Amino acid sequence: MDGRFQLIVVEDLAIRFGRVEAVRGVSFAVARGAAWGIVGESGSGKSTVLRALAGLNEDWSGRMLLDGQVLPRRRNRAFFRRVQMVFQDPYGSLHPRQTVDRALAEPLVAQGIGGADTAIPRALDEVALPQAVRFRYPHQLSGGQRQRVAIARALITSPEVLLLDEPTSALDVSVQAEVLNLLADLQRERDLTYIMVSHNLAVVAHVCPMIAVMQGGKVVETISAEALRAGRTTHPHTAELRALSTELEEP
Amino acid sequence: MKVEIANLSIAFPTPRGPSLAVRGVSLTVGSEKLGIVGESGSGKSLTARSLLKLLPPEARVTADRLAFDGIDVLTATERQMRSIRGKRAGLILQDPKFSLNPVMTAGEQIAEAWRLHRKTSRREAREATLDLLAQVQIRDPARVAGAYPHELSGGMGQRVMIAMMMAPDPELLIADEPTSALDATVQAEILRLMEDLVSRRGMSLILISHDLPLVSHFCDRVVVMYAGRVVEELRAASLARAEHPYTRGLLACLPTLSHPQQRLATMTRDPAWMDGSS
Repeated sequence: MDGRFQLIVVEDLAIRFGRVEAVRGVSFAVARGAAWGIVGESGSGKSTVLRALAGLNEDWSGRMLLDGQVLPRRRNRAFFRRVQMVFQDPYGSLHPRQTVDRALAEPLVAQGIGGADTAIPRALDEVALPQAVRFRYPHQLSGGQRQRVAIARALITSPEVLLLDEPTSALDVSVQAEVLNLLADLQRERDLTYIMVSHNLAVVAHVCPMIAVMQGGKVVETISAEALRAGRTTHPHTAELRALSTELEEP
Repeated sequence: MKVEIANLSIAFPTPRGPSLAVRGVSLTVGSEKLGIVGESGSGKSLTARSLLKLLPPEARVTADRLAFDGIDVLTATERQMRSIRGKRAGLILQDPKFSLNPVMTAGEQIAEAWRLHRKTSRREAREATLDLLAQVQIRDPARVAGAYPHELSGGMGQRVMIAMMMAPDPELLIADEPTSALDATVQAEILRLMEDLVSRRGMSLILISHDLPLVSHFCDRVVVMYAGRVVEELRAASLARAEHPYTRGLLACLPTLSHPQQRLATMTRDPAWMDGSS
């Protein structure tokens, strides 16, 4: 594509749930250090692609590669060291009976990495959470703080790739801005590669220079954020989503 | 019909004493579309629900005045409230999956609402149901009437909810985040539908949402709430001239397609906003 090495390649990915073809031949490639967006409405297959990439669904056909290596159906430990995921609802993805300390220690234990006592304070620091949060439970935190904990947990094993599934959709807009700024800072500092799924065009365009638009299990258009902003869409579905988004922007 | 709220406060008991969720809110609603905007915990839903006395039992409500068409809601009996709830004031919530009865067909639920408030025969109710479903622009009313909620999409479910709320021909519709669970394409359709029904029937509407741009497009007047207080009240058309730093902050922190920003504006919350002074 732009000559940089493709860190993630998805080729002809197809996923069925019974008789429903949720994903029908999706292909894309993401360069190291890039941010790739996937937008679409509910049922378009965008999250299904991301979940298959994360290894949460082993029933698919096609090919997925990380760093030139074909990924096995069952992901191994080395994969999760390099690829981590952040989900929409931090309340659902954090164990309600575990403290933040325990949530952050878990990936280190799973990966056989020591040094939790230095890694955890550093991880909290990086996502701008006060150290006092370390021994609290999820219900004692605000939504924004919980999502910061989920991001800290994803980053604590120093992965190269973050898979972000609607990471700010459950947050208030003022908190969304803080989390999006945080994601931008972290990407720059750590040369992270992002794949971000969202229904919100403006959010995706803010984070990702390249965007795949999905409808009915297919990528109907791949467009740069710049072309999307300028209205140079080629598929009517992209044009429709863009119109609905910009309609509300002008008071 | 007029809704009057003066100096409304709602408190919840906690081990450390009462916690005030709504603090001295005053507003009136006439024949208009009023938007109440705020982030989670701002008290916007509690304020609207207090009108129908639909608050958790432990909530402590005080107000100088809380009235629906001259009826004092604070002292109204459950019997009086039942003549308001559903009949004169309808409530539409965010997710039809949780508001509809999962073991009744959509048609049965709408017919039940019709018969309850209009005391007509089953047959008449059944005919009215199909008519209502057609009014919320469902192309095949007979099929949808026979469907169970889990067989309907989110947008379809919300149309059924709206049809049910329209059955008794209420004077006020309270819609609490009615489109937040829906796709953008469906959201636009549902809002257009509500707008059309509200203006054709001359109803009042209270639209509660976290989405300031959406509300200002759809309503005549917008009330912005923060930490249980009204911090600003303005004509929707003059949103661009909002004065309160919180309102301006809400608008500035949104990423947009039209105005790309390197970095999103974030809000520094002034403790003075809590006291309503600014």
